[in-house]
Amino acid sequence: MIYLDWAATTPIREEVLEAMVAFEREAWANPSSTHAAGRQARSRLEAARRAVRRWLGAETGRIVFTSGGTEADNLAVFGLAAAAEARGRPRRAVTSAIEHRAVLDAFRELERRGWEVTYLPGDGRGLVPPESLEAALEAEPGPAFLSLMWANNETGALQPVVEAARLAHRRGIPVHSDAVQAAPLLELGLDALGPDGPDLVAVSAHKLGGPKGVGALWIRDGLELSPLLFGGGQEAELRPGTENAAGIVGFGRAAELAAREAGAEWERLRRVAGRFLGEVRRRLPDAVLNGPEEVGRRAGARLPSIVNLGFPGVRAESLLIRLDLAGVEASAGAACSAGSLEPSHVIAAMGRPELAGASLRFSFGRLSDEEEAAEAAAIVAREAGALRR
Amino acid sequence: MAGMRVVAAMSGGVDSSVAAALLVEQGYEVIGVTLQIWQARDPGAQARLGGCCSLGAVSDARRVAELLGIPYYVLNLQEAFRRSVIDDFVREYARGRTPNPCIVCNREIKFAALLERARELGADYVASGHYARVDWEPERGRWRLRRGRDARKDQSYVLYPLEQEQLAHVLFPLGGMEKAETRRLAAELGLPVASKPESQEICFVRDGDYARFLEEEIPDRFVPGPIVDRQGRVLGRHRGLPRYTVGQRRGLGLAAPEPLYVLEVDAGANRLVVGTASEAGRRRFEVEPVTWVSEAPPADDGWREATVQIRAHSPVRAVRYRLAGGDPGRLELELLEPLRAVTPGQSAVLYRGDEVVAGGPILRVRE
Repeated sequence: MIYLDWAATTPIREEVLEAMVAFEREAWANPSSTHAAGRQARSRLEAARRAVRRWLGAETGRIVFTSGGTEADNLAVFGLAAAAEARGRPRRAVTSAIEHRAVLDAFRELERRGWEVTYLPGDGRGLVPPESLEAALEAEPGPAFLSLMWANNETGALQPVVEAARLAHRRGIPVHSDAVQAAPLLELGLDALGPDGPDLVAVSAHKLGGPKGVGALWIRDGLELSPLLFGGGQEAELRPGTENAAGIVGFGRAAELAAREAGAEWERLRRVAGRFLGEVRRRLPDAVLNGPEEVGRRAGARLPSIVNLGFPGVRAESLLIRLDLAGVEASAGAACSAGSLEPSHVIAAMGRPELAGASLRFSFGRLSDEEEAAEAAAIVAREAGALRR
Repeated sequence: MAGMRVVAAMSGGVDSSVAAALLVEQGYEVIGVTLQIWQARDPGAQARLGGCCSLGAVSDARRVAELLGIPYYVLNLQEAFRRSVIDDFVREYARGRTPNPCIVCNREIKFAALLERARELGADYVASGHYARVDWEPERGRWRLRRGRDARKDQSYVLYPLEQEQLAHVLFPLGGMEKAETRRLAAELGLPVASKPESQEICFVRDGDYARFLEEEIPDRFVPGPIVDRQGRVLGRHRGLPRYTVGQRRGLGLAAPEPLYVLEVDAGANRLVVGTASEAGRRRFEVEPVTWVSEAPPADDGWREATVQIRAHSPVRAVRYRLAGGDPGRLELELLEPLRAVTPGQSAVLYRGDEVVAGGPILRVRE
């Protein structure tokens, strides 16, 4: 079995598991308790918060732990919306049409609550053009906030987040960015970006070898945000409820490892995934890379870990199943609640709608290697070739 | 059997689960699938829907597949289902006819679109839990479709529109079984579905309320209009023609000395024609397009005898039939005894013994 679905989730790292088990054995108390045991739990939790800060390059701002990327995104979107309403700002917001559903569906809910939302389309490479951003920010009434993902989860395309933030900040508009896919490999360096960066950033632990069920939202100092939940006042009142402390400790450990390894891992994955892409193309010259060709850290480039391929004339759902039966685990677009595939809204928006139901995402990670990548490429080419109509 | 790959359609119910289990036992390489064919507009309604499209069905089927140790997938066939089954269902009602969507689904989805998917997955067959038997009849050189051994569960009626090429690639493992045996097997195998009740309702319509479904799809067809007798005298008002079907007696809201039945749903004039029991009986009708199943179309247009079934669960009646105008795609039928429920849009299926001879939707009914 060759696992090429690292963008969906990653196996938990041994070091992370050990940290979590140790926490549950030695420091299981409620971090809010006054006693010594509680203080010990609190101390490990805060150490994890510091590890996440270092990973994000953010000594400033607040880190609010959540139940995952989806909750972090929802806290950002609804928190910003509520704050805007409290200040009597116009109920209008801007996001992109290629967001993850954690953001997209939050905005759809805002629309149901009477908000006007502008969805900026992606271009042929799956990038939101800065010009369209500028136009949407100029439109009257000025939007209350903007949300733009850092790296697209289907194509790995890096969006112009910094430029978006610069444009938005000039008009006093706060910016949220879903960095769930970008953060594991790209050193975000939030402090270094300073006022040019986004004001809220959502991340998730399980994309980097941490446990499922824990994520975080980074919030710039001084930004007003309303909570989704009400309760015991934990996480500076923004996310009350007894913390998922073991999960947070695991997140901290995973962040520590990622901060140390991301640079080398970037180069290694560039080779591994590059080998895969090259081998598939050699065998299937008509395979289409969905997203930017160039791998790089700047907006307009692509994360090294994601290769999204369109196979003209091939039904993605059938290819995905054939690959599974042949021992290659990939993914396609978004799954509906029952588990069947929907044509990808991201690929559909890229100008070749016929590829929306003919594309698969292959994503690479810590345990992927070149040999495996080459083997998978041969299987992919064989199975896709068999399906071509 | 060994190494032969089969795609088994699984609804999470007892029949399709046991069918898949039998195939595994027989040595087939079975891939379980559930068809995602319909998504209600609001997510809440989706969760409440019974039948094969619901999330509950998927989680039951997934559990059964896990128990059988077979791979399992949910296939998205929503677009094809919408295009063939739903559009036909809506169009037929809009024309004043009473369609049977399960028949269209079998022909266009389960044993066509799904068969195409199965081939893409390298499978030779699609299997389902239908109670019907298919075998090769060498003398006729045709695939033969027969009633299931359990007469009460027989589903050959809804399978008649399968072409020979489709019948060559289907497996009905339950065809030779009694329902009681199926239940016993399910219990023996420890399938979690052994005691589940079965649903007979149209899978994409919630609570069996097809009128509400149609009201959303074709609101312009729900304009009230007159209810008239055969002489054209107005007896009352109907509440939108899709609510009525030929032969219906209840729910007309008429006070009359003797029971009145729907004789005709006249979509062109938006009127409902009703009459007494003696007026409602019909003997002659036409069927088009005809699918010839166990027998090839006759070479001449002489009258032949058989039995016919005109609704999914109605008894068979003696009938004679002949090609209409010599065209093998059209049949003229004449019942020995008149019936009230000869309904345009429903299918008439000819049987000889337990063999399905031919069938097709009822096009028009003669006085």
